[in-house]
Amino acid sequence: MTELRTPLHDLHAAGGASFTDFGGWQMPVRYSSDLAEHHAVREAAGLFDISHMAQLMIAGPDAAAFLDAAITADVSAIPVSRARYAMLLAEDGGIIDDLIVSQNAPGEYLVVANAGNHDAVVEALTARIEGFEATLTDLRGHLALIAVQGPAAQRILEATAGLVQAPEWAMGHDLEELPYYAVMGMRFSSGGRDSAVLVSRTGYTGEDGFELAVDTAHAAALWQALLAAGEPLGLVPCGLAARDTLRLEAGMPLYGHELSRETQPAQAGLGRIAPPKTKTADFTGRAAVERGPGDDARVLVGLRAEGRRAARAGYPVLAGEEVVGEVTSGALSPTLGFPVAMAFVDPAHREPGTVLDLDVRGTRIPATVVALPFYSRKKS
Amino acid sequence: MADLSALKYTAEHEWVAVDGDVATIGVTAYAAQQLGDVVYVDLPAVGTQISGGAVVGEIESTKSVGELFAPIDGEVVEVNQAVVDSPDLVNAEPFDGAWLIKVRFTALPELLSADEYAAITGA
Repeated sequence: MTELRTPLHDLHAAGGASFTDFGGWQMPVRYSSDLAEHHAVREAAGLFDISHMAQLMIAGPDAAAFLDAAITADVSAIPVSRARYAMLLAEDGGIIDDLIVSQNAPGEYLVVANAGNHDAVVEALTARIEGFEATLTDLRGHLALIAVQGPAAQRILEATAGLVQAPEWAMGHDLEELPYYAVMGMRFSSGGRDSAVLVSRTGYTGEDGFELAVDTAHAAALWQALLAAGEPLGLVPCGLAARDTLRLEAGMPLYGHELSRETQPAQAGLGRIAPPKTKTADFTGRAAVERGPGDDARVLVGLRAEGRRAARAGYPVLAGEEVVGEVTSGALSPTLGFPVAMAFVDPAHREPGTVLDLDVRGTRIPATVVALPFYSRKKS
Repeated sequence: MADLSALKYTAEHEWVAVDGDVATIGVTAYAAQQLGDVVYVDLPAVGTQISGGAVVGEIESTKSVGELFAPIDGEVVEVNQAVVDSPDLVNAEPFDGAWLIKVRFTALPELLSADEYAAITGA
């Protein structure tokens, strides 16, 4: 497999990161301690390199019509500067990937997809674009993506040297009042060079935060400027290990765990976005998801257990002697202090309050079905 | 800190300190670093008969589960309750405070030297 490296790789190595392969990329798994990084995001802020995410630009007169037909979101209803969570489905309703799509200029859409699904997404969209007056540009190697997540995120962006609002490109927004799932343009100056930065108020940790797309040549300078501004406010660089426990606490599905080709959105609790009630356009997978996954299809639930032993992906869920489900993600929640898991279970066992058993390597551990997410940040 | 060069090692990333017919067993700093933050340690009870190669315990981090393999045949004569109570000791002091079990053994198998173990981990 090709070993891809982000433009920040050398900074990670110099910063003491341990690396892991993720979707063909060498990515930092941690810098110091998973727990310290996790807690930093909940209490102050964390800095993540997510340049491995696939970024695709869709443009042209038919861009919205093409995306309407290709993915679940009602793309032609997305105003400029707004983002939506969406699914790319197969004809049978199975999930090829989950995406975020934003309209960054009239008729110009950025699609962010999972690193491991880059090729599948490009392939599906390329097949579906035929007949539309629209172009698909793969931005791999051109755009880096940096996430600043945590309650101090906004103060950190405001304090970052060289990062300024660009009135001509701010799409009517002000950083301070940038809504959740909205996008604005900023500018970043460093070493006499000036570049555009696309800032979106999105993230994958359950906290307030931003994701910053910047051209690869300026990524290292922006990372260092964010870190310099943020360190006094508690910002620490974070790896994928902390990102995984953060998203699990926030009940966010991960492709390959909660989402797959064998899963329809409704099974993962995402029926509200596919198909959206207001969307009229037909799209690939629409008929299948309208028929639904079947009354006996397993559904995603949250499970809370006592003690300190965590169930992991693949562990059986039992009701009495009967296997009624399987864990998709599990960890000892760093914030809550008890084990949490997401699992697909038979629908008869989905109600919150239901007590099931987790088979943790031969030991039965009682676990109670609870509503997701496990953790919600306090809204100020 | 223990004299690391005097310790023996296994390919399963355990260290073994031999004193008479009792071996003290722990996991290496390399293993602890690979696991990430250790949050749970499960050890065999005192009196358990263990046999070399068998899984006798678990070391869980936030991210994954590591198994503790018995490097030798023998009887568990002491377990380190401090590391059960504070699993983070495995990360903080893998060669000292976070020894895991002491085993009275009958025969000592061939174990790796510090240099041989270092070759495995690429250190």
